Parts: sequence; structure tokens; C-alpha cells
Amino acid sequence: MKILVCIKQVPDLESRFKPDAAGTWFAESDLAFRMNEYDEYAVEQAVRLKEQLGEDAEVAVLSIGPDRVVEAIKKALAMGCDRAVHIQDNEAQRKDPWQIASLIAAYAKGQGFDLVFTGFQSQDRGSAQVGVLVAEQLGIRCSTTLIGFSYDNGVVTAKRELEGGLKGVVKLKTPALVTCQLGLNVPRYPTLPNIMKAKKKEITAISAAELLKEGSRAQTLSFHAPAKKGGGLVLEGDVGDLVGRLVGILKEKTAVLR
Amino acid sequence: MKLLLVGEFREGKVLDSTYELVGFAEASAAESVLFMVGSEGQLPAYAGSLYLAEASHCSEYNPDLHKKLIIEAAGKENVDAVVFVHSSYGWDLAPRVAAALKAGQVSEVVALADGGYEVGCCNAKMRRKVQPSTAKKVITIQAGAFPVAKQEGAPKVTKLTAAADDGFEFAGYEPADEKGVDLAKAEIIVSAGRGVGRKDNIPIIAALARAFGGELGASRPVVDAEWVSHDHQVGTTGQTVSPKLYVACGISGAIQHLAGMKKSDFIVAINKDKDAPIGEIADVLVVADVLQFVPALTARLAG
Repeated sequence: MKILVCIKQVPDLESRFKPDAAGTWFAESDLAFRMNEYDEYAVEQAVRLKEQLGEDAEVAVLSIGPDRVVEAIKKALAMGCDRAVHIQDNEAQRKDPWQIASLIAAYAKGQGFDLVFTGFQSQDRGSAQVGVLVAEQLGIRCSTTLIGFSYDNGVVTAKRELEGGLKGVVKLKTPALVTCQLGLNVPRYPTLPNIMKAKKKEITAISAAELLKEGSRAQTLSFHAPAKKGGGLVLEGDVGDLVGRLVGILKEKTAVLR
Repeated sequence: MKLLLVGEFREGKVLDSTYELVGFAEASAAESVLFMVGSEGQLPAYAGSLYLAEASHCSEYNPDLHKKLIIEAAGKENVDAVVFVHSSYGWDLAPRVAAALKAGQVSEVVALADGGYEVGCCNAKMRRKVQPSTAKKVITIQAGAFPVAKQEGAPKVTKLTAAADDGFEFAGYEPADEKGVDLAKAEIIVSAGRGVGRKDNIPIIAALARAFGGELGASRPVVDAEWVSHDHQVGTTGQTVSPKLYVACGISGAIQHLAGMKKSDFIVAINKDKDAPIGEIADVLVVADVLQFVPALTARLAG
């Protein structure tokens, strides 16, 4: 069985973000990057499936971006992926979900992947489009937002997270693509021996220009901080004073304190 | 501009989010028609044209089949855009429809903007203005971002049907886990977020909840990390609450959390980061270390 898992490298979301020179995405200076959290669940599930199936299964991990994304790729290899594909693209952040999906589909087409895993969405852009668009371009079945996954004899049983705690159970025949929600599994930490072993694994580099045949379908016009509502009161200072001021406000504005 | 609104139907009922789509059409000053896989016995209160496929034949969830039906309705009405709620139904279906229509998609629109649509990004800390460059557009709207339209009138129904692919089967729903805590009834909720640091610190937040005579809530990362059980989770995939007082401790304010608590009467946020998105909806933002401030507040309330 051939398995593909697609990952993105994203900035630490605790960072402060400033617009770049074009004003359409964030400036990368001062940001630390890591694997998109949703994708860690995708990598873990792909590796677990390989472990379930034994020697016959192979997991390839793919990421698009500049050279820094090799760090995320190495982590996926250390978690247990067998080989990697780096689609080199210094302008990945300027591409829309359709173009990103086109790059993945252009690579995957004709390679006979039985299962493709992606994160449900990226933490930075959060469009939740790329996985489904890859499935559409490859013409394979797809289910999203998985919090449960099992595979048996060509059929995936997926448990989808719906609203308010409800779940939906879906069965789909491979070839298929699934997008992984937080909580699907517990992603493993790479061990030192596996980190060492990962150094010997193959990373194939392909230039995005070789694969890209599609234009963009949506344009980002600006990247900016949300307008401040200005209604809220901001309290700063010494903790003891803050407690007194907050209690005063709660007594005045709410009926919860007598 | 003419919109095809894709309504939602689950467990035999029209979901209220359907009327937010109508609210979006009104906010956009656009003409609209409605599509739904639902039931003739459970029609939405909508005074316009409804393209209806029966859920008994087409399943409440079968995205490839529903895509075909939507493309048919969009073609008959020659709409400019197809609009979904950004929900487990909408985000799953919208990109498939966008691919079929060769349309650019804008996900999780929070507001209309001059020359485009405003969407959140980077954990709701930042915004982007996005515009499809294609003839047709696909849009998903954030739940709760647009007003719920008045529910009145009866639709003019056109029936649609299509055959399903046999490699896909919807096997049904699994109910939410038993609720140990019914947060919807709580008058005061004190919630813990990732900023609390680690599981050992949860009792500090629980003590404040007790001092207020309220219940303990939690954000998703805290529940995923198993610091607090799922029945305490506030947000899109947990419980939606509207207490008299909501105290958010170390919660940055992801969209999914805000959607679950923004209707609270009074919101206090305690956060080290003055720029945390939770500050946007809080009545009071206390800029402080949760682990210092919360015990001090608890002591004051108890004393």
C-alpha cells in the first residue's frame, strides 16, 4: 500500500504578526516555524496505518515551501515516514489553496497512492480547502475532520467531528483522502534513534515551477490586524490593585457579586 | 448578484444556521435562492425558491452526491456565487463545488469588506481581505458572523434527485458523550485555556469557579491535552454558553472558542498578552499572569 501524507510548516501561533512588504501576508523575520499541529495527527495516523499493515506499506511525506520546511519534513521522517518529497517554492505563501492543491496533485498523479492524509486545516491560513481540492483533482473519495480512523481491506471507516459533540461515521473505499482533526490520536515524539535513522532517509527535491500548471483563483488583497472594537476596558498594573478594580467593576456592572 | 445558499439539515431538522445564510444574502444586498438536502415535511421558513432533494434518498451526508445536486441548482439559476456555512457540512462540501465550478473559494468570511471578503487568520490574531478572481465564487461564512434572518414565508419548491456512488456510505451519527456538566445552565463559568500552563494548575482555576459559585469550563487545547474532561469544553465542538459572567483564564480566543461564549452577558479575560484576540470581545481584559492573578482574586472573593 502506498500512503502519502502532506504537511505544512507554519509559524508559532503565539508570535506577533506584522505584514510583509507586499502587505498580503506576514513578514517572516523573528518568527519560529514548526509543523502545522493538524498535520502531526496526519503523520501519526499514516505511520500507525503502516505499522498495522507491516512491510508492504510505504509512507511518503510531502511539503511545499522554502528550504526551512525541510525541518518539518525531518520531523515527519523521524516520526516514521519512509521517504520525503520537498516541493521547493520560495513563493508558496503567495499561492492560493487551488494552486497549492495543484502542486500536490501534479506530484501525486499516476503514482498510485491508495491513501492520502492531510491536516484538517493550517493553523496560519485556516482555509480548510487544500486537502479536499487535492482529492477533487485526483478524482478520489474524501472525508474531512476525522477524530476516528480505521482501515480494513480497502475500506476506511472514518469518524467525523460534527457540531456540539455529535459525530458522523462514514465508510469510503480507497483510493481516498482524509483530513485529520486535533485529537484524532496522540502524535508521538521522535526518539533519538529514530531522529538518527531519519537522517539517512531520502528527500527528493522538485521545483514548484516544474509542477505548477494552474493559475490562482482567489487573491489576497491585504493582511492586517482586526479593527479594535474599543469597547473593552484594559486593566494593567499591580496584581493586588487589579483584583480590587475588577471586583469593583463586577459589583457595578453585573449582578453576580453582592 | 445572485447567490445559491446551501442550507443545512441534520437528524431530520433544518439547522438554524440556514437562516444565517439568508442573513448574509441580506447583508450583501443580493438576490438568493436556497438549496437543501432535507425533507418536504420539514421545509425551512424562507419566502423564495428552494431546490430540495430528499434526505431519505440522497442521505443527510454524501458530499459527492450533494455536490452534483448543487451544481445542477447553480446551473438552473445561473448564480454568481454558492454560499455555505463554515461548518462540518460546509467546509467539507464547498471545495468540491468550487472545483466543479472552477470557482475561487473564500473560507470562513467574518465580514463584508470593500472589494472583497474579510477572513480571520493566524489564530484569529490577524485578518485577510480576499477576493476570488473567477467568474463564479464559492463562499463559506463563519457561524455567528452574520445576523439570523427573520424566519417567515413558505418556499416555492423544485425537487432534485441524483444517484449515489457506491464506494461511499454514511453509516449514521454517534451521539455526543454523556454530559457530566451542563454548562448551558450555569450562570457563571470560569474557563481554563492553554495559558494555564499545565494540568497541575487546573485546580487553581477550578477554585475560582467555586469561589464565584460557578462551573469550570475549558478551551479545546486543554481538553485535547486531557487536563479537563470533554464535557467542560466551550466552543463550536463543545457546548455553547451564555452565562451572566464568563471568565476566560489564559484563553487566547480562537474563533471556535469565541463562537461558543461570545453571547455571555459579561466577559472578563485574564491574559498576559494584551493583543490576544479574546480582548476583542471581552468587557474587561486583565493583563496579568493567570497563575498570580487568579489565586489573588479567589482569596478576595472567599474573604
